[in-house]
Amino acid sequence: MRRIAVEQDIMAKNGRAAALNRDRFARERTFVVNLMSSPGSGKTTLLVRTLQELKTRGGRLAVIEGDQQTTLDADRIRATGVPAVQVNTGKGCHLDAEMIMRALAKQPAPAGGTLFIENVGNLVCPAGFDLGEAKKVVIASVTEGEDKPLKYPDMFAVADLVLVNKVDLVAALEFDVATLKANVKRVNPKATVLEVSARTGAGFEAWLAWLSSSRTVTAPVEARVP
Amino acid sequence: MHEVALAQSIVEIVRDQARANHADCVKAVFLRIGAFANVEPEALSFGFESAARGTIAEGARLEIERTPGSAFCAGCGSDVQVESRVALCPSCGSGQLLITGGEELRVTELEVS
Repeated sequence: MRRIAVEQDIMAKNGRAAALNRDRFARERTFVVNLMSSPGSGKTTLLVRTLQELKTRGGRLAVIEGDQQTTLDADRIRATGVPAVQVNTGKGCHLDAEMIMRALAKQPAPAGGTLFIENVGNLVCPAGFDLGEAKKVVIASVTEGEDKPLKYPDMFAVADLVLVNKVDLVAALEFDVATLKANVKRVNPKATVLEVSARTGAGFEAWLAWLSSSRTVTAPVEARVP
Repeated sequence: MHEVALAQSIVEIVRDQARANHADCVKAVFLRIGAFANVEPEALSFGFESAARGTIAEGARLEIERTPGSAFCAGCGSDVQVESRVALCPSCGSGQLLITGGEELRVTELEVS
């Protein structure tokens, strides 16, 4: 019997794939956003409206859709005219960097544009998997509890932005947005929090402005050589 | 259940290391898992058992060392141990904690013959 020292990071394989994705996105100047939330937060509805708004402003767009089963979400995205590829994870509860690499082989990232990755609806597992994205956006809707950030701190801890969706229902649900915001701050003081409604379009100006300014910082347009 | 995916990564690391070290049999796999690594040890052990089936790691014992979470308190400037991401500073009670450790997820050692 003998001992072998190993000292290897279990997430290293995913980390290597994520680094390759990130290199590729940087080379092609693709701004990549990873959207995460629990099921039923309105992620796909929010994405559809976001794509419709961005289309009117020009710029190349594409989507990678993650779900355990079905191509329903990719079908909804394609109806907007934006290309989408569906990744079915089967029993898997999250997207990993290698799945993104395989999806990119089917549908290349939009060079100079924006790629949205809609993760599997789950507030636990996707938090731990770097996909090579520039920004992680977590959607919390007002039909969930104000205490979600405290119950799922790992997810809220990695968010660059928290979108509070379905704010048109705040009054009916007596939801306390201030409490939700305070709970986000407890887990993640650095996260930005914006209120939106994917149904009415409320708050979309601020969300689109956030996307635009994040894009400028993380994927600057290179000077063209004449 | 992302523990299944993690278990598969562990089996791959074990297989590569066992091969590189000319081992015939892996008796034990030692892991170090931080308090904030987002891992349920029982689910991981269960996942490992099935992921290891038919590989050199089949039947190996999984030894998990849990390491505590640590944080720096921006309120009082001390380095403290914490059990949760939403903990208050145990020395000054402020909520301004920056997590500094406890996210590791590593295979540290193998016991082989």
